[in-house]
Amino acid sequence: MSATNFIGQSVKRKEDYRFLTGEGTYTDDVVLPRQTHACFVRSPHAHAKIRKIAKDKALKAPGVVAIFTGEDIAAAKVGGLPCGWLITDVNGAPMKEPPHPVLAQGKVRYVGDHVAVVIAESIEQARDAADLLETDYEVLPAVVNASVARAQGAPVLHDIAPDNTCYVWGIGDKAAVDKAFASAHHVTTLEFVNNRLIPNAIEPRAANAQYSRSDESYTLYVANQNPHVERLLMTAFVLGLPEHKVRVVAPDVGGGFGSKIYLYAEDVVLTWAAKQVNRPVKWTAERAESFQSDAHGRDHVTRAELALDREGRFLGMRVMTTANVGAYLSTFASCVPTILYATLLAGQYTTPLIYCEVTAVFTNTAPVDAYRGAGRPEATYVVERLVETAAREMNLEPAEIRRRNFIRQFPYQTPVALQYDTGNYEATLAEAIQAADVAGFPGRKAEAAKRGKLRGLGYACYIEACGIAPSNIAGSLGARAGLFEAGEVRVHPTGKVTVFTGSHSHGQGHETTFAQVVASRLGIAVEDVDIVHGDTGKVLFGMGTYGSRSIAVGGTAIVKALDKIVAKGRKIAAHLLEASEADIEFTDGVFRVAGTDKQAPFAQVSLAAYVPHNYPLDKLEPGLNENAFYDPTNFTFPAGSYVCEVEVDPETGSTQIVNFTAVDDFGKIINPMIVEGQVHGGLVQGIGQALTEACVYDTDSGQLVTGSMQDYCVPRADDVPSFRIGTKETPCTHNPLGVKGCGEAGAIGSPAALINALTDALGVRDLEMPATPQRVWRAANKKAA
Amino acid sequence: MTVKVSMSVNGKPVSGEVEERTLLVSFIRETLRLTGTHVGCDTAQCGACTVVMDGRAVKSCNMLAMQAEGAELVTIEGIAEPDGTLHPMQEAFRQHHGLQCGFCTPGMVISAIDLLKNTPNPTEREIREQLDGNLCRCTGYHNIVKAIAAAAQTGGGVLRR
Ligand code: FES
Ligand code: FES
Repeated sequence: MSATNFIGQSVKRKEDYRFLTGEGTYTDDVVLPRQTHACFVRSPHAHAKIRKIAKDKALKAPGVVAIFTGEDIAAAKVGGLPCGWLITDVNGAPMKEPPHPVLAQGKVRYVGDHVAVVIAESIEQARDAADLLETDYEVLPAVVNASVARAQGAPVLHDIAPDNTCYVWGIGDKAAVDKAFASAHHVTTLEFVNNRLIPNAIEPRAANAQYSRSDESYTLYVANQNPHVERLLMTAFVLGLPEHKVRVVAPDVGGGFGSKIYLYAEDVVLTWAAKQVNRPVKWTAERAESFQSDAHGRDHVTRAELALDREGRFLGMRVMTTANVGAYLSTFASCVPTILYATLLAGQYTTPLIYCEVTAVFTNTAPVDAYRGAGRPEATYVVERLVETAAREMNLEPAEIRRRNFIRQFPYQTPVALQYDTGNYEATLAEAIQAADVAGFPGRKAEAAKRGKLRGLGYACYIEACGIAPSNIAGSLGARAGLFEAGEVRVHPTGKVTVFTGSHSHGQGHETTFAQVVASRLGIAVEDVDIVHGDTGKVLFGMGTYGSRSIAVGGTAIVKALDKIVAKGRKIAAHLLEASEADIEFTDGVFRVAGTDKQAPFAQVSLAAYVPHNYPLDKLEPGLNENAFYDPTNFTFPAGSYVCEVEVDPETGSTQIVNFTAVDDFGKIINPMIVEGQVHGGLVQGIGQALTEACVYDTDSGQLVTGSMQDYCVPRADDVPSFRIGTKETPCTHNPLGVKGCGEAGAIGSPAALINALTDALGVRDLEMPATPQRVWRAANKKAA
Repeated sequence: MTVKVSMSVNGKPVSGEVEERTLLVSFIRETLRLTGTHVGCDTAQCGACTVVMDGRAVKSCNMLAMQAEGAELVTIEGIAEPDGTLHPMQEAFRQHHGLQCGFCTPGMVISAIDLLKNTPNPTEREIREQLDGNLCRCTGYHNIVKAIAAAAQTGGGVLRR
């Protein structure tokens, strides 16, 4: 291997020093001159009419600078928050898109809905004054459960959706699927809930907006995953500001998991208010506000059926899902339970016929949007719970039923729109079975039984689709945004490099991974490359980071720009070395004339570009700076096999994960250390969903019952095990790095593996997530779960 | 009502006027502008705000600035050597990829040093149990546990100050 190939090496992270020494700069760390502080007054009711808001008392409180309510926002003609994906109903009508005001207009629709903002000299003063704001509500009946919301006589949230239904959407040939079921040898049916989750990045959402009268410009610091999208949505659709006058900076961001993709009301209100008060306005969510107002995840109720022939081959799948989208449509809410869900229902299998129907419903709960995995964990849960259950019902080994149905020929066109470019599902399953020592399981089970413990083993073989693409196809499916990425490579005269990427890192380590790619391609040291991201004032454009797209889409954009750098470098080198361009080779950071010892190192070429004395000025511009936009031709399709082994104590209902093995195929891997870290984190979020996490609203009052870390159980270190991790590298066929993406896999595959293991241990057909000790104990003791 | 508080932070005497209700974490972040100490939950659950007070790890969101009167504090900014060399615990986190977004990291590192001070040779189980006051949403704890176990061999439980 050459000295400058860093692909596949666990290079230690460039970003770590600042985070380890407290030198990171997160949004709340930013303090601007003449800073003011904002407190949002939120609805204490799930559903109510606002009769009156009286500001007088609050305005007189010490330190108050301004108070704004929905009336002020309406008077200023501030627009509502847009939804970025149009879904078309089965009967051809567009989805219902109710107005989503940034401060409530006449009505509040969930606990935590934004009612007013109080701006003061200090945050304490803002909070004190907020307590003095007099709000008079007429409380209305609330509905938090999607199926209840669709029933006759349910409270209605929005006039334009009298049945609280946003859309009923379908994919697949229903008649053909019904026929397959009619002639099936066996049908497995399951009904389950995919529990609602609250993302809980440890850094709360935060924003700090500044306005400058001198040039009528705005700067918004915000904990966000895609600053250019934030700016585009805010300027073009909500505030009507000139885009070039708004700079959005997402500095160090403390985790996102989807929850920081969206344009939130707070971001808009702060930006607008900064001009009104002509001072910077800052807001950082308290944890309670995060619980109430960050976009939640999942929340499906599903009836799923799998039809099989005598040998256990899948003939068809029928899935009916009700998705709770919350009180309003968040930025990408509409595509998560449809485009990102139903299209994944083929999983790793050759199921020839699939029909899925999704009903999206408004309820008096926080908006639901993409959360790590976004649709794909829900799909994997459907497929892998069905497959495992079918195997048990037909007395087949769970691994064997999967092998009988694996896709083996690629490219493979699924019946639900996607075309998988490549994969090797048997290989990941075989490795997982070996690493998990499945052969030794019966012995361990017997040993556990002697101790009065129940052991179970469960599989999940997931497929994921990363880097939604291409833009034109996505557009035809309703996307209202492009899905490309942009990158710029700036070579400095001395051959050092700064790269500007539209991808955003909020824990993923792009500063290191991307630098490895650049250093390897240019044959220079990783230290000689810096990555800049998260600032619309610096980066040319970007669609940001979500859907595990960064390396596959953002990384490829950088590679395309690097190709241009090398192409230009070749021309310069040809001139310097007095050779023909066709004879110039570039390897290990040196341009050479093929077959001779004439050479020019990269830094000599870059210097010539900036000090163009001996330079073909008649044919070539000086300088060495290139950018590229890359729109992928297809999704990438990471896949993997997870094996989970649990031990249940039937006396207490406690579950111990005694072994968790994950073997993933992410295509080519740039930095194995970082990739494994992504898998660990995803696994624990998935385990959290399966074992500990549940967002609960009170069905009568609509109050958020799990509104704090005491009530909502984010997994702690002693709730989870260490993991056995393996990888396979089947390169993606349609990007130059052969990469697929790894950010969400763990959260996608683990819930099904865990519940499959638990149901195996308990000898029950189903177990609702999260499998709390109470639920497990009931199942173990054969009480109604 | 404001009160004057004085204490030592990272070896230097500091003082400031604060309201009686001012939390220690606000004093550290807002008054001293030491922003490495983070607020993740404001309810004593996540540990992002952990600092060392008189040799013990404490959650600075859960106490008043006044309660630290006269105390000796070390924040994440005071953990490395003055020349910038990382503390063995910080180095172990770096070597073992025990951090991703970095937000929980300052509190995690300080709690981990405290953990090794109290339990110099912990088992994996002990590390996991004693870490239960610190939440991390990114790493899944796997590499944090590895880092702490490794730091047990490299002096990770000793604080310079
Ligand atoms: S901020 Fe202090 S424990 Fe979370
Ligand atoms: S590294 Fe992000 S919360 Fe721990």
